[in-house]
Amino acid sequence: MATVSPALDAHGHADDHSHGHHEQTFVQKYVFSLDHKIIGIQFLITTLIMLMVGGALALAVRWQLAFPWENMPIVGGVFGLFRTEGGQISPEFYTMLFTMHASVMIFLVIIPILAGAFGNFLIPLQIGTDDMAFPALNMLSYWFMWPAILCFGCSFFVGGGTAGPGNGWTSYPLLSDLPQAAPGSGAPQSFWLLGLTLVGVSSMMGSVNYMTTIINMRAPGMTLFRMPLTIWSMFITAILQAFALPVLTAAGFMLLFDRMSSILPTDIHSVFFIPANIIVNNAPPTVGGGQPLLWQHLFWFYSHPAVYIMLLPAMGMVSDMLACMSRKPVFGYKPMVYSMAAIAGLGFIVWGHHMFTSGMNPALGMTFMTSTMMIALPSAIKTFNWIGTIWGGDLKFNAVMLNCSGFVAMFIVGGLSGIFMAAVPVDIYFHDTYFIVAHFHYVLFGSTLFGVFAAIQFWFPKMFGREMNDTVQKWHFALSFIGFNCTFFPMHLLGIAGMPRRYADPYLHGYLEHLLPMNRFITLSAILMGLAQFLLLGNFFYSMFRGKKVGRNPWNANGLEWTAPSPPGHGNFDIAPVVYRGPYEYSSPEAEAIGQDYILQTVPHVKGVAKVAHH
Amino acid sequence: MKKFWALFFFFWPTVAIITCLIAPSRGWWFPSPPMSRTGVQIDGLFYLILIIVTITFVGTQYALGYALWKGATKETDSKAVFSHGSHKLEIIWTIVPSFILVFISLSQLDVLAEIRVISKFPDKAVRVAEVTARQFEWRIRYPKPGTELTTEENPGDLYFVNELHVPIGKPVIINLRTQDVQHAFFSPQLRVKQDAVPGLVIPVWFDVQEVGTYDLVCAELCGWGHYKMKARIVAQSQSSVEKYLKQLEADQNADGTKAATADSEE
Repeated sequence: MATVSPALDAHGHADDHSHGHHEQTFVQKYVFSLDHKIIGIQFLITTLIMLMVGGALALAVRWQLAFPWENMPIVGGVFGLFRTEGGQISPEFYTMLFTMHASVMIFLVIIPILAGAFGNFLIPLQIGTDDMAFPALNMLSYWFMWPAILCFGCSFFVGGGTAGPGNGWTSYPLLSDLPQAAPGSGAPQSFWLLGLTLVGVSSMMGSVNYMTTIINMRAPGMTLFRMPLTIWSMFITAILQAFALPVLTAAGFMLLFDRMSSILPTDIHSVFFIPANIIVNNAPPTVGGGQPLLWQHLFWFYSHPAVYIMLLPAMGMVSDMLACMSRKPVFGYKPMVYSMAAIAGLGFIVWGHHMFTSGMNPALGMTFMTSTMMIALPSAIKTFNWIGTIWGGDLKFNAVMLNCSGFVAMFIVGGLSGIFMAAVPVDIYFHDTYFIVAHFHYVLFGSTLFGVFAAIQFWFPKMFGREMNDTVQKWHFALSFIGFNCTFFPMHLLGIAGMPRRYADPYLHGYLEHLLPMNRFITLSAILMGLAQFLLLGNFFYSMFRGKKVGRNPWNANGLEWTAPSPPGHGNFDIAPVVYRGPYEYSSPEAEAIGQDYILQTVPHVKGVAKVAHH
Repeated sequence: MKKFWALFFFFWPTVAIITCLIAPSRGWWFPSPPMSRTGVQIDGLFYLILIIVTITFVGTQYALGYALWKGATKETDSKAVFSHGSHKLEIIWTIVPSFILVFISLSQLDVLAEIRVISKFPDKAVRVAEVTARQFEWRIRYPKPGTELTTEENPGDLYFVNELHVPIGKPVIINLRTQDVQHAFFSPQLRVKQDAVPGLVIPVWFDVQEVGTYDLVCAELCGWGHYKMKARIVAQSQSSVEKYLKQLEADQNADGTKAATADSEE
């Protein structure tokens, strides 16, 4: 169970670092750190940088769609890319752009920013323990990200700089299987697969750690149903990862084995996904008896649960923040937990809805349609509960609240547009059109990232002992929200108009020609949204050093993390916390009895008890 | 400022709804009315879901906006309502959506079966052609006039690229396959989409209602030239299709002697 690090004196705050018994070198403390908080912050900063990389790739995609075959500004032209072609984006480079945009955003931003950054930072603090169960494993989970980033980075260049992996983040064989199939299907694709595997290793180490920590290391009194919903969401996410990831890793290795003769100088390779007698680009016919659909099943068996891995932690964090900013308990705490569990459970039996047009047995299509429809139910329950939480609250209209409300609003859109795709006949039309692009950006950007924007600001004081500027965050919210909706809402209409995804030049087709102005508008909105992120980054790094200093509990919140110093020293708590109540007792009669609208989880059930020390 | 933010959350769903309402008149809607019978059914289901979703969208977004508005207009010293939730409400908003979702789900089954289940394909559907996708074109193979289409190629089969002629007013089946990587047969006006999977021959049926030329594009990433797999489906009367095939046969068998020369001199 939780122990208090002896290195801390009773009133040790931020300066614990320099007063610890065992002197740590800079490298031990900030680079190869075993401290979950430092690891969390490392994840956070890395993913924020990757967010900008992924965003830049997206803007290049948008450039081509708005101004097809025109010279790329800034990076194109004489000194940049495609000197010989005069700075145009080539079609194979375009396939690389959207592939790497998705890969970076999913594997290097969304998954690690939720589980890696916030999971690491918050789990020990919110359950009241001094660190993760396996600190070294935790450190490794961060440092395995870098070989992955390196592999993804290499995959840009091993193809000569113009032909990275261009098979989409879904990497369907045979395109991704036979090196002759595309300019980027040779070495770049192999590096991409290695990067993917390494990200998986990193996630798996995190997942094992989170499960163990949450099960074994909760503070005395922290029963399962006194855990903040953030912890519940991290716990459920960790379970999802533990069960789904091995399948992706196995599939990745199967694909690597299929590709063996393009990696090593050997003729021996497997044929898991390669059927016989396929002639790609005038290469000799393939020998095999494999089945490309197998990859889709294996891939989506991971990647559909992965959608919830990319969403559940944000749901949990938003629940925490909404309760705090509404000064009200979360509406329906247990239904919230059960619906997250239901989403996770159902998440494993809906993967086939990505394959409605794949030639899969239609009986399976019916099953997957029904299970997919049913997964909308827990999502609906959660949405109603979030609105219920806000209803009648004493709302604090800061940027945290706005971003959380933005999360709920965007999640509604993403959830509702999903219903069209769950219905197989309608999906037959919408599959692989921009309708899908709109849908998953509403879920992954609209929901998750707005939740993350809120979470960054909310837990920033705990990370650095300073607060972010709220006005700048409000501007960031407004510009991101407007830019986001102007970018992605019209994409629904592009989808209805039948514009397929992943087209370097849709205007080649007469029925799409008239959509060019709308695509220009979308690109301009995307640029606005991209620029707005500099407000976040600027505010983040400025506030890290110059922000207003704050005490332990600047938001008057209830969670255990707010009883620790800001920032907490190594070992987190100066007194091992004991938990007496749930995390959402805002505005309760007991809180009133002590003259507050909140009551920390560590306050015993005795009326008239002395206030716990806070700023 | 509080009220501004509450109104902000009323404002954007309103703009979204207005955008959708004006979309059809601005050409931001389906590329054409559905040109096949299954397409009509698909559009019907789409509008059914659209109505349900729009009602839910407006209801939930405005509820969110209203909850924010209540918070924004609250007297400054009044405290929050202390409530952990309501069992009754949870039950209501579990049961009502589940009925709606099951209803949507069941409403799809008949059309799905009709489109995809092979035993439910129309009895009188004719196998008109084999469509083979390849990087980056569509190869069409018609059976020799007067014979049936088989999976294997036969002498006398007629070949063409990027143009598929089908008769209108009756169900037709094409055998869809790919020579290399995965592609998808997508005709936006006919609302037909089916992946072409390496190693499989997948029958696809549709019936075109009106004479016309419809787009055939690829909807599954198939390489750098994915965007340029542009082809046409020419729907015409049975007799015109027969005439076209006859011409195709003549062209294909032309060996430079008089019949063919006469043809080219015309």
